[in-house]
Amino acid sequence: MTFGSLNFVNPFGVWENPGSTAGDFYAVNFEKKAVSGRVILNLGPQHPSTHGVLRVLVELDGEYVARAEPVLGYLHRMHEKMGEVKTPWQFIPNMGRVDYLHPLAWNWAFVGAAEKLAGLTVPERAEYLRVIGCELNRIGSHLLWWGAFVMDLGGFTPILYAFEEREKINDILQIITGSRLTMANFRFGGVCADADERFFRLCAEFIPYLRERLKMYKGLVTDNVILRRRLEGIGPIDVDLCQRYGATGPILRAAGLARDTRKDYPYGVYPKLDFPIPTGPINDSFGRYLVRLAEIETSLSIIEQAIKDIPQGPIIMDKAPKATWKLPAGESYFTVEGARGQIAAHITSDGGKNPYRVKLRAPGFSNLSLFAEAAKGTLLADAIAILGSLDLVIPEIDR
Amino acid sequence: MFLSLAIVAQIIVAVLLIIALMVGNAVVMVYMERKVAGFIQRRPGPYEVGPYGTLQAICDSMKLLAKQLYRPGNVDLILYYLAPILAFFPVLLLYLPIPFGPYLTALPVGDGVILILAFAGLGVLSNLLAGWSSNNKYSLLGAARAVSQTVAYEIPMILALLAVVFLSGSTDLKVVTDQQGPWPWQWNIVLQPLAFFIYLVSLVGETNRAPFDLPEAESELAAGFHTEYSGMGFALFFLSEYANMLLVSFVAAVFFLGGYKGPIADGFWWIFIKAYALMFFMVWIRWTFPRVRFDQLLNINWKWLLPLGLFNLWLTAAVIKVAF
Repeated sequence: MTFGSLNFVNPFGVWENPGSTAGDFYAVNFEKKAVSGRVILNLGPQHPSTHGVLRVLVELDGEYVARAEPVLGYLHRMHEKMGEVKTPWQFIPNMGRVDYLHPLAWNWAFVGAAEKLAGLTVPERAEYLRVIGCELNRIGSHLLWWGAFVMDLGGFTPILYAFEEREKINDILQIITGSRLTMANFRFGGVCADADERFFRLCAEFIPYLRERLKMYKGLVTDNVILRRRLEGIGPIDVDLCQRYGATGPILRAAGLARDTRKDYPYGVYPKLDFPIPTGPINDSFGRYLVRLAEIETSLSIIEQAIKDIPQGPIIMDKAPKATWKLPAGESYFTVEGARGQIAAHITSDGGKNPYRVKLRAPGFSNLSLFAEAAKGTLLADAIAILGSLDLVIPEIDR
Repeated sequence: MFLSLAIVAQIIVAVLLIIALMVGNAVVMVYMERKVAGFIQRRPGPYEVGPYGTLQAICDSMKLLAKQLYRPGNVDLILYYLAPILAFFPVLLLYLPIPFGPYLTALPVGDGVILILAFAGLGVLSNLLAGWSSNNKYSLLGAARAVSQTVAYEIPMILALLAVVFLSGSTDLKVVTDQQGPWPWQWNIVLQPLAFFIYLVSLVGETNRAPFDLPEAESELAAGFHTEYSGMGFALFFLSEYANMLLVSFVAAVFFLGGYKGPIADGFWWIFIKAYALMFFMVWIRWTFPRVRFDQLLNINWKWLLPLGLFNLWLTAAVIKVAF
């Protein structure tokens, strides 16, 4: 267009020409079903509230979401294929990268599957260290979700408070894992480093500190009238919908079903620890919010018990597998409870150097599938709130 | 009004001073906003450039000046470049009738409040044009929101100001100020607390500030109507937002908080102190509250502020009729 021409550009050009081939495969297919008079909006892959590179195609009727479709694959890094070309030992650090917010649970899923296949026994101290690390990690994940979720709703301050706590958790986990983000301290038959006196002291200091802070968060955010009006009654997800889509974790528990892998398929030393499964009073976005905050409390009590009960002893089994260790032939499947739901690793081995096939079950993938149904008929702002309440970590979904 | 040379010269000087005030205010507000946000979020805020980071705002504006004006494809060129200018210039006129001191008014017009309310409505036009001409769906949604929000929140604002106008019997801002005393209990806020509350809420809505910042709701619409603007295009929107904030704070100070009058010595410092206290309040709530949803925003306006404003107006009129 030349300067000075008063040629009005129609911003709805795309849906006025349904035959046009503009856009990619997903957009073109999405447009085929579009109703005239509605706007197709492309949320993401670069968008402030899709947290990473999730792309959601949305058909808007005014500001109401008529149809939504998540498009995946922008962060696909072939973790499952990498499992086939690396020895099991080499593959452990990959697990921290699958879900960078709860790396230790992923560590546990893969290491647990391999241990189950080879029949290795883990010393009790290592089991306790795994539990403590996993639960601290879960608190960190939930805290970051909490901050990011309130940021989706327009409150900028809580995420910085959440990061303050997360830094403390990272300080503690750094002692036993050596890293602050993509942790990988699990080894076949144990863990790689023992916890020292400072670790337990910091843990003991952190628990009452976070409980105090959670009270402040309740007054500052949970009881805020704007936040409640934004969340209550928004995006109800019932048990039936969860089961049809395979949703697990806080979403299923907020819907009212007390399912938790730590109780249903006990692993590690979880059977020895006494903790409740928080289930939501309501199945809307606010219910999911409350369940996650309650899970932080649960994790704190688990850590408290674990610190009290942890025995002395070795942290890794005798004659633990080395880097060139070969998995025996066979199949095994191991599930753990991650911050977002049920994490699982399925290893098939033919006895060779590398596993024949590694399948990872990411809870975020199933949880995201709910979005299309939950967001239907809501306002755009509500759709963003629902997307946030599902607690998605994109690298885990795309793997 | 007879346009003599003296009046023209007076207006030119006043407009230049007002531009200086607007730019200076933006610099001060950027620093204040970031420092207050830092304080609320338990972080230092800017501290690297200059003593205590005071030169940070200057550096930011230098960056915005030097940036390339990126223009996306298929924009409507005339409207695209006109919109930021339109956002900036009506605000200039709004400062003209404000009495900054006993003898410090840029253009002492009799119907100052009508001038302000008339030109305040013009600001939304620039938002609409920016959103429409950008050829971006986020911008368009932001523009649609901006229009319905600003139009809605002007009405309770007018009702709140009208109650004070009833009280003082004049639309002249100087007269409104003169009828209030220097001490806080002699201000109109005591006589019209409900009107002040309505004005306070609609002032946040009118200036599109959080928690009512729906036209530029970051987590939903990227940046709303100014998504596609960069460099000085964005800076002009930014400048006019802060100028608008300052203006509505000045109007609140004049109508409810005694204007330039203060306990010790009358003068422009009092109106500035009062206005910046209100600005601090706006910054404070921005960094504390989440954003409301759009239908809730309109519900607050049409279901609460408007009936309350009408009731307040009726009450004021009835009391005046009975008492005088």
